[in-house]
Amino acid sequence: MSLHTHSIAALAEGLAARRFSAVELAEHFLKRIESANPRLNAFVTITRERALADARRADEARAKGGAPRLAGVPIAHKDIFCTDGIRTSCGSRMLDNFVAPYDATVVEKLARAGTVLLGKTNMDEFAMGSSNETSYYGPVRNPWDLAKVPGGSSGGSAAAVAARLAPAATGTDTGGSIRQPAALVGISGIKPTYGRVSRYGMIAFASSLDQGGIFAASAEDCAYLLHAMAGFDPRDSTSVDSPVPDYVGELGTPVKGLRIGLVKEFFGEGLDAATAALVQASIDRYRRLGAEIVEVSCPSLPLSVPTYYVVAPAECSSNLSRFDGVRFGYRCENPKDLLDLYKRSRGEGFGAEVKRRIMTGTYVLSAGYYDAYYLKAQKVRTLIANDFRRAFAAADLLVCPTSPTPAFDLGSKVDDPITMYLNDIYTIGANLAGLPAMSIPCGFIGHLPVGLQLIGPHFGESRILSAAHAFQRETDWHRRTPAAYA
Amino acid sequence: MTTTATNVNTGSNYVQGATGEWEVVIGLEIHAQLATKSKIFSASATAFGAEPNAQANLVDLGYPGVLPVLNREAVRMAVKFGLGVGAKVSRRSVFARKNYFYPDLPKGYQISQYERPIVEDGTVEVLLDDGAWKTVGITRAHLEEDAGKSLHEGLGAASGIDLNRAGTPLLEIVSEPDLRSAKEAVAYLKKIHTLVRYLEICDGNMQEGSFRCDANVSVRRVGQPKFGTRCEIKNVNSFRFVEKAINYEVMRQIDLLEGGGQVVQETRLYDANKDETRSMRSKEEANDYRYFPDPDLLPVELDAAFLDEVRRTLPELPDEKAARFQQQYGLSAYDAGVLTASRELADYYEAVVREVGGEPKLCANWTMGDLSGFLNKENLEIGQSKVDAPRLAGLVKRILDQTVSGKLAKDVFEAMWTEGRDADAVIEAKGLRQITDTSAIERAIDEVMAANPKQLAEYRSGKDKLFGFFVGQTMKATGGKANPAQLNELLKKKLGG
Amino acid sequence: MSLTRRDVEGIAHLARLQVTEQELPVYVDSLSKILSFVEQLSAADTAAVEPMAHPLEGEVQRLRPDEVAESDRHEKYQANAPQVKAALYVVPRVIE
Repeated sequence: MSLHTHSIAALAEGLAARRFSAVELAEHFLKRIESANPRLNAFVTITRERALADARRADEARAKGGAPRLAGVPIAHKDIFCTDGIRTSCGSRMLDNFVAPYDATVVEKLARAGTVLLGKTNMDEFAMGSSNETSYYGPVRNPWDLAKVPGGSSGGSAAAVAARLAPAATGTDTGGSIRQPAALVGISGIKPTYGRVSRYGMIAFASSLDQGGIFAASAEDCAYLLHAMAGFDPRDSTSVDSPVPDYVGELGTPVKGLRIGLVKEFFGEGLDAATAALVQASIDRYRRLGAEIVEVSCPSLPLSVPTYYVVAPAECSSNLSRFDGVRFGYRCENPKDLLDLYKRSRGEGFGAEVKRRIMTGTYVLSAGYYDAYYLKAQKVRTLIANDFRRAFAAADLLVCPTSPTPAFDLGSKVDDPITMYLNDIYTIGANLAGLPAMSIPCGFIGHLPVGLQLIGPHFGESRILSAAHAFQRETDWHRRTPAAYA
Repeated sequence: MTTTATNVNTGSNYVQGATGEWEVVIGLEIHAQLATKSKIFSASATAFGAEPNAQANLVDLGYPGVLPVLNREAVRMAVKFGLGVGAKVSRRSVFARKNYFYPDLPKGYQISQYERPIVEDGTVEVLLDDGAWKTVGITRAHLEEDAGKSLHEGLGAASGIDLNRAGTPLLEIVSEPDLRSAKEAVAYLKKIHTLVRYLEICDGNMQEGSFRCDANVSVRRVGQPKFGTRCEIKNVNSFRFVEKAINYEVMRQIDLLEGGGQVVQETRLYDANKDETRSMRSKEEANDYRYFPDPDLLPVELDAAFLDEVRRTLPELPDEKAARFQQQYGLSAYDAGVLTASRELADYYEAVVREVGGEPKLCANWTMGDLSGFLNKENLEIGQSKVDAPRLAGLVKRILDQTVSGKLAKDVFEAMWTEGRDADAVIEAKGLRQITDTSAIERAIDEVMAANPKQLAEYRSGKDKLFGFFVGQTMKATGGKANPAQLNELLKKKLGG
Repeated sequence: MSLTRRDVEGIAHLARLQVTEQELPVYVDSLSKILSFVEQLSAADTAAVEPMAHPLEGEVQRLRPDEVAESDRHEKYQANAPQVKAALYVVPRVIE
């Protein structure tokens, strides 16, 4: 059976026509996971029983009629989304024993849409990382080359979809954590506009930047899932109350006449020449499809990495204070007093990168440094948002690389945080400005895939998805799978 | 408003030390729990006294992934307070995180307001002991969430955390350092207490911790322009303790300074059992709160329609009511102040006046006199009074129609209170009806005159002072029930022969 | 920006993180590098620029009706707690 190469539409159609059951489909993917996971380490929890129960329910709903269109479609959740009764670890020793007592809104919505939960995927600890090497559960490996990283922080979800262990998987993106791994494993991944997908139940890293999204093989598949995940949530004050467009129905919007902007600052130094060539070829393809290519300038954008590495740690230092060994999570042995309880529970429960970011954030918010670091970064953030606003006056969509290089070797950057942080140079801007952005495969360098990034204006998901879809109708990069997982 | 407030600084508040006179400078931070049904950022109940952690939901517990959503009613109540103290209500206010670690603070930060509070620059008028009014500035009032409680009993070397209170909405009301004595501080605290209850935004229950106060206290030599180093006294949760704690702290600081020492800026805890303040070392370390705007909450914007809507719900406030009482009922400023100290008492008084149909002064005397006396004796609130307003009015009417004398009315009131009956029933049962029948009084006078020939002769020979003797004897003969005016008149006539 | 061991110890204390003797020099080095890296922000001209706390401008806080919609679920919530006694979360003695 080749059910794992079906598109979401084909799976939904097959399930509706009863050519295969949801239980058969779940079983197919579970077998693939069980066989591949020891090598890839993409899943930290495989929810076999839950998956089969979900699938049986989907089959019953299909039999009765009136089932939602995704009934029986298997998915995986990044282990940052709380799942009621299932361990939610966030890739951390701190939450190794944590069983969430509730479902995240995203989890609830996708369950209501009929999807089947295969398991929870590995990730950088508390989503802090760009290589999936900071996980307490060990690194995830890139299905294209086991010696390479899959990117991060949603590396497990990305690797799972790339190896076709799940048709789709959720992710979160604070500085590129959906788009960068999507690029590095050759799949499609979209980070929606800030406020489009509820953050309720998504364990916070940096609240003003975090946004949930989805990985799948194609833009079309992403459109199906995003439609089911998105929407207003009264439990999230930053959730935006505006109707969700018909992303699937609007996929056919033509590219002709679309003004595609190239951000001058994104094609400068640090960009790998081969990557640049593939991005250029993709731009040429859009031109042939009838798009108008314009150059735009975002002069403050080169400051997005330092801005991010003030804002995100600041928010994270506060968000992670709740992990204190009192109400949930890791607690040290025999604390001698309250201070010891705090320091050792947190010192032992968090990994090195998380502690580094908590300390960075603590420092930039502390008395005497707040203005020079945090406040300054929030002002530069305004400049960056203004740059994008001007760019979107001249262009409908921005196109650029997702990552400066293809997947790098495991262990090659772990000891150098700055080099690691610079991986996010093209993705961070969209988080700072709250913009929707997507990565799609646009070619290979050797055996490693390369991603093309599309950035839209606020609530421009439909425009991004249709432009990506138009590209994918002309190319087959997104259909390629690593030979070992064909 | 009839009050003309002036900052009274007569010098009478100065404290005499061993080396000279000291001026006391006090600012209060009052925490009023807002009387909402649910918490400020979650849908948990706020009721007092539930089983431990029964009212702490995922948001209150700071569970991973949960988010705060602001309670509209808490905002409305804060605005109501702002309008009530003539403050500037911010059209745009911002929630910030105050970061520190403490077991009763589940998230490791408290959601509060820092740079842009919802209320700024208000004032209240406070009536001082000497009858003068003082204007006390309110720097700001901001919304924040309450913390939980640490319990220490029965847990050996450990503490237990109950987070039921975590997330209860608080309005922190910060005064200017305008207060110059413990008494002034208490008068101000009482005024705010009155105000929040008038506004129905806080139940004011100090025992349950719904209304709490921290005092910032410093001293400086008279004439010294700069403020001294202040200490913050926490845990002063009754009017009496506020006064005692401040007085203790003032003397401690003066002794320290006069002994050549320095006041250290710190948080101190008031221990009511020992009547002293002591340093809270545990709170000292965490003084870098790293405030920053809470990214989980957006700016609160209030439009004119919202403010108007709240303004329309403002009740008559204590100062306005007191002014009206003076004007409408002809009461003194003092009486009007006492009767408007609580909205319930003022309502009670007005109900008595309405029922009686006038005689506001007499009604005021009874409300502030016997009624308040019994309430105080039994430590009851006006709402718990054993004599309700219609019954008190019933008694006042019997005084006015001379059914009972003012003096005997006191006995009637006591019986009403203890027996739970109305005035007429008591008067009837005890036979306390006043005698106004002329012939009955005359008969009594005749008997007294007959029984005291010697005194009668002396009186008639010019010893006027004996008139009182005959009044007393005749009153006694009637069991105290004779109408005093009639008695006087008839006695004069008869004694004169 | 170059931090000292004392600086890092101070930050770690404020953040309630135990840092071992072996970890300390690593953090001194990497935190110093990160702070130096972000210092390029100081070159940006931000005079008269408002700080941005939220990515969506113009969005304002929604207000929730004052309704109680929760029941007592402390047993479920305390299943994750390291130590509980009589429904209280137990911690080493809090000294006030």
